[in-house]
Amino acid sequence: MTCEPRVRVLPGSTAVGERVTLGHGSGGRMSADLIREVFLTAFGNDCLNRLDDSARLDPPPGRLAFSTDTFVVDPIFFPGGDIGDLAVNGTVNDLAMSGAVPRWLSAGFIIEEGFPLADLERICASMGRAAGEAGVEIVTGDTKVVGRGGCDRIFINTAGIGVIAAGFDSGPEFIREGDRVVVSGPIGSHGMAVMMARGRMSFTSEIKSDTAALSGLVAELIAAGGNDIRAMRDATRGGVGSVLGEFAAACGRGIILFPDAMPVADEVAAACDLLGIDPLFVANEGRMVFVTAPAAAEAFVAVCRGHRHGAGAAVIGEVVSAYPGRLLRRTPFGSLQLITCPTGELLPRIC
Amino acid sequence: MKETELLAASRHPGCGRAIMAAIEKIATRPWCLMEVCGGQTHAIVAAGIDQALPAGIAMVHGPGCPVCVTPVETVDRALALAAIPGMILCSFGDMLRVPGSVGDLLAARAAGGDVRVVYSPLEAVAIARDNPGREVVFFAIGFETTTPANGMAVLAAEKEGLENFSILVSQVMVPPVLAALMSAGEVEVDGFLAAGHVCTITGLEAYDAFSQKHQVPIVVTGLEVNDILEGIFFLVRMLEDGRAGVENQYARSVRSGGNSRAVTVINAVFTSIDQKWRGLGRIDKSGLGLKRKYHAFDAVRSFGLESLRSEESRECMSGEVLKGVIKPDQCPVFGGRCTPGSPLGATMVSSEGTCAAYYNYRRIADDL
Repeated sequence: MTCEPRVRVLPGSTAVGERVTLGHGSGGRMSADLIREVFLTAFGNDCLNRLDDSARLDPPPGRLAFSTDTFVVDPIFFPGGDIGDLAVNGTVNDLAMSGAVPRWLSAGFIIEEGFPLADLERICASMGRAAGEAGVEIVTGDTKVVGRGGCDRIFINTAGIGVIAAGFDSGPEFIREGDRVVVSGPIGSHGMAVMMARGRMSFTSEIKSDTAALSGLVAELIAAGGNDIRAMRDATRGGVGSVLGEFAAACGRGIILFPDAMPVADEVAAACDLLGIDPLFVANEGRMVFVTAPAAAEAFVAVCRGHRHGAGAAVIGEVVSAYPGRLLRRTPFGSLQLITCPTGELLPRIC
Repeated sequence: MKETELLAASRHPGCGRAIMAAIEKIATRPWCLMEVCGGQTHAIVAAGIDQALPAGIAMVHGPGCPVCVTPVETVDRALALAAIPGMILCSFGDMLRVPGSVGDLLAARAAGGDVRVVYSPLEAVAIARDNPGREVVFFAIGFETTTPANGMAVLAAEKEGLENFSILVSQVMVPPVLAALMSAGEVEVDGFLAAGHVCTITGLEAYDAFSQKHQVPIVVTGLEVNDILEGIFFLVRMLEDGRAGVENQYARSVRSGGNSRAVTVINAVFTSIDQKWRGLGRIDKSGLGLKRKYHAFDAVRSFGLESLRSEESRECMSGEVLKGVIKPDQCPVFGGRCTPGSPLGATMVSSEGTCAAYYNYRRIADDL
């Protein structure tokens, strides 16, 4: 493989290393080199390698799930992951929550002029790894390079198609009184890891993002008893609290959280305490919340705990017919409280 | 004991229920208790302690939320600073949503102001160091717990010779506001849970004098659920015994002389002044201002904001809430025209504000 020497340091930049330039987004030779050397190297496959204008797919029989998400995380590298695996896992999980086996992804990149090529390679390698783990192929893509200040380093959009398991259906409309709520593991790690990685806290932590593809876990849950799964949602922005608030509103029933049942890692709990933030509303990228028939809840918890992305799963609450549309919490002293979703961004408190 | 074990013990529900049972055992009469600190209010309402206490023991929520008592005039001054071209205004996160006369700091940021959330005042000093061509103001609010860190920022800026750093001060103190509440006589309080974190800095001496003068018992109390329950137990025991005085529930953090290094910093940088409190008005010698020696770090002087004066909304009853005269849900606009999404007063904004605690952890009748 031959190509023109890549552009060295940009005028005005003091950093050493090869960088993305406007030329890489021009559609010309530099674009072709970038696609071949970076993207195909990281996640090429028979379909993508053809470099056609669109991917041609042969879906098996069944219903399809189709989803898209855009990733603008800051910082782009954080403990436990980066914007690359986040972009793959995010869309994979959105598909999995419909009970779909994710099959194909698209990847669109908006890159700021001057972005280090080594960072792009690292991000793409992590996308390739994440796609491999989730069993999906990135079959089509696009790259745009914008001038400095046109975006913040790199934004990635992924869209995906998955095939829904035959006969499986889920959604909040299936939720019934008495059902149980299960969370697949300790909550709040991604949001706090990113907040810490911004590097502006006067304390440090070992908190790692939970970013992971949940499609394997979902497949095991459906195999164990798909008919008993009422609704699933990955608890990303807004956290577990927002998902359960939406479930309660959509099913017209109340959801009550049990006292002291929510799994939260000690470090995450401590960081949330210091900042005055409720982990219930902190983002996750590898955690799902699902509602199950009451008798099946413990068996689903056992399935989760047997999976590497489900350690620490727990039953956290129940569905009641009273308090329609409300999310509530039972306090350790037995009283009931309404839980209200935060108004806007989570703001750390003074002391 | 490791910190996490300590934390787990101070939150253990079984332990909490045992203390609750002990309170029930010794309480023979109704008592009205005030917790001073907003963090305690938040913990009490979140855990449902106030609903679970024996009948007759009432918690009245006090004025100890620093965000809530920062006068609207000071918020307006912060908004004016944020609008100055080139200015970097640094603030604790929960000040950003506090309404001034017109808008809040989030709106100022959306309008193009460089408003930054910091977690420590020293971070603002670092921002000033990194931006020598720009003015950096830190919005220095708080009770005695945050005063030493705010003072440290001034000392650090002085040491580094930073001429582009200053602070917008609204520092308040607990003992004077408690004295003002007792003198006003608007609310009958039988005893106080004092704020453990404040006393960690200042020690207990100021509370001894207060307790003697007003013949009320005071228990210096921590902020975890079981700390608060134990504080209530100590307080009820003193009341049942007919004793005034000061007891220290939070002995794992509070020493009688306080933190002498922190007190040294406070005394080096600040001096007591008459201070306006949002909702409560002016209270003699209840605040701290920069000493003359540090006037160069006073943003109000540096940017000529002395003449910017503003009055508080008449509709917001946060003053009555902060004094413990009414509970938030007794305010006519609570949860209707005033919510965390569109707050009329600061008590609806801060995570430590009593109105926000009531809104976020609204009680609900148990129909099950």
